[in-house]
Amino acid sequence: MKTKLLLVLALLMPFMAIANEGVKLDHAPIDPNNQASLQRGAKVFVNYCLNCHSAAYMRYNRLQDIGLTDAQIKSNLMFAGEKVGDTMTVAIQKADAKAWFGATPPDLSVEARARGADWLYSYLRGFYRDDTRPTGWNNVVYDKVAMPHVLWSLQGEQVLKIDEKTESHQLVLAKQGTMTPAEYDETIADLVNYLVFMAEPFKERDKHLGLLVLAFLGLLFVLTYYLKKEFWKDIH
Amino acid sequence: MANNKLQQASTNLLGWVDERFPLTSNVKAHLTEYYAPKNFNFWYFFGSLALLVLVLQILTGIFLTMNYKPEATLAFASVEYIMRDVSWGRLIRYMHSTGASMFFVVVYLHMFRGLIYGSYRTPRELIWLFGVGIFLVLMGEAFFGYLLPWGQMSYWGAQVIINLFTSIPFIGPDISLWLRGDYTVSDATLNRFFAFHVIALPLVLLGLVVAHLIALHEVGSNNPDGVEIKKHKDPKTKIPLDGIPFHPYYTVKDLVGVSVFLIVFSAIIFFAPEMGGYFLEANNFIPADPLKTPPHIAPVWYFTPYYSILRAVPPILNSQFPGVAAMGLSVVSFAFLPWLDRSPVKSIRYRGNLYKKWLAAFVVSFLILGYLGTEPSNVWGQFAPETLIVGGADRATVVARIFSLVYFSFFALMPWYTKKDKTKPVPERVTA
Repeated sequence: MKTKLLLVLALLMPFMAIANEGVKLDHAPIDPNNQASLQRGAKVFVNYCLNCHSAAYMRYNRLQDIGLTDAQIKSNLMFAGEKVGDTMTVAIQKADAKAWFGATPPDLSVEARARGADWLYSYLRGFYRDDTRPTGWNNVVYDKVAMPHVLWSLQGEQVLKIDEKTESHQLVLAKQGTMTPAEYDETIADLVNYLVFMAEPFKERDKHLGLLVLAFLGLLFVLTYYLKKEFWKDIH
Repeated sequence: MANNKLQQASTNLLGWVDERFPLTSNVKAHLTEYYAPKNFNFWYFFGSLALLVLVLQILTGIFLTMNYKPEATLAFASVEYIMRDVSWGRLIRYMHSTGASMFFVVVYLHMFRGLIYGSYRTPRELIWLFGVGIFLVLMGEAFFGYLLPWGQMSYWGAQVIINLFTSIPFIGPDISLWLRGDYTVSDATLNRFFAFHVIALPLVLLGLVVAHLIALHEVGSNNPDGVEIKKHKDPKTKIPLDGIPFHPYYTVKDLVGVSVFLIVFSAIIFFAPEMGGYFLEANNFIPADPLKTPPHIAPVWYFTPYYSILRAVPPILNSQFPGVAAMGLSVVSFAFLPWLDRSPVKSIRYRGNLYKKWLAAFVVSFLILGYLGTEPSNVWGQFAPETLIVGGADRATVVARIFSLVYFSFFALMPWYTKKDKTKPVPERVTA
């Protein structure tokens, strides 16, 4: 009973700030209306992320919304004989993943809504070599993250340089990958663009509907306003 | 001829119904011959808007229950299923989630109207008490509903709030266990919260709303002047001279309010359903995980003033109970207003500066406490250790303590300052 009371008190006590508060996040240069970017992002997502991470609420044929046909989706983005109406699941077992990485890779369907685009953009560019970690990787945005740097062959290897005088930290590219830093940033922007789309696939389309609804309601307002005026003419 | 027959037929049908059910007399009593003061202003839109939101919440709620699964392993996924695979499900869900917050927006404005025009004063004490009941049930409804999406904030919010009951001396731990149905928030909790949210509390809510309206139509509406229109009736017709039939005058007027409200409501649904994390919190897009406590747990914005008060009260004798009691009192205080207010006038228009200053202080406290409740206690850092009295304490906590005192003083000192206040003469009839 006493431990439970302590738990209650702990929950009520002033809460600690989020651990990575100190890192300034980079602004994610994404454009939800750029279909080419969304398609490139989808490709990176199915090739690199969709092996450990599922997107179990996202159906493959929802990718029609970013300008792909069912045939294109099937031949370019589906590799395990799923049907185009299936959701993006993965074969990895949760228990296995936990044993291998120490944490179950979270489902990414709505990750962009939980983390925000800027966080994802900074995080995916924030990996660096750290021999004290079991995977050999650490991250400036998410300290001691369980995930290894999956995109290392593209980005190369960064190291964290610490200037002890100014206490500032800087990521330096020690070994370049197959992409230049500019190309890598662009690829990550595409991927984040896609993750944001996937978290709320109807958002952009619904905005057009929203404008129509607002136009209709604007008209309704004008009508009701004059209706009221007409009825109230004789009230003084 | 044909027209005449049709008219006769409808009269006969209505006559047939009226002999068996008081249809015409009820329409008259509550709409066409319910005389409301003619000087209602902006603040009088929010009662009918609250009713509109209630209907919206019930309708969207019915459609949500058709696809929602109140089961711990399925709940989160079923909400995403509604968002993605149910036709228009995303809009129905956003209407419901936005409706929850907008319900509190219109109810707070409606309550503020009551505050400034003295709508709680004699003979409207029961209307006010039913209203406070509606407010309390609404808070419960919002709390139970918030668990259903089964995200991290749902889960840990419920955990924290239920644990509050643990601090009640002697019976506390048993009460929380009884509420939860388990030792932690779990599937059992989700199931019962679903039952409370979709049937138990909505029934109570509807009953209280009916009682609120019956009481209102019995004594008649107050108005911005706080004068009784029933005092001056037409000697022949017995209709209040300053009254106009609710229908059609206020039905058409309220339609204007409804249009404006729907514009705001739709703009939120289509363009900012999360409202920057205030209506839908980012953490709630992570499925509930009983093993991972989020670093910062905050309730939704409409609970934050009371939550701030809870946090501001320091534990006494190692017990958090004083804070919990203060939080409860901060909500229930509204119920005592009819008996705390000793002013000879009702409306703020004829009150003196003393009351106005206290009301302003109350509103400021409410807003600042509301803001602080959304943030961690260290949001403004700490006072320097060598500062007198408050050295080393969180600045936000000290500020919350001061404004909690102001909040309670508004109620506790009301008998004194309303009596002492200089009032202006109240007109006999309503002003334009």
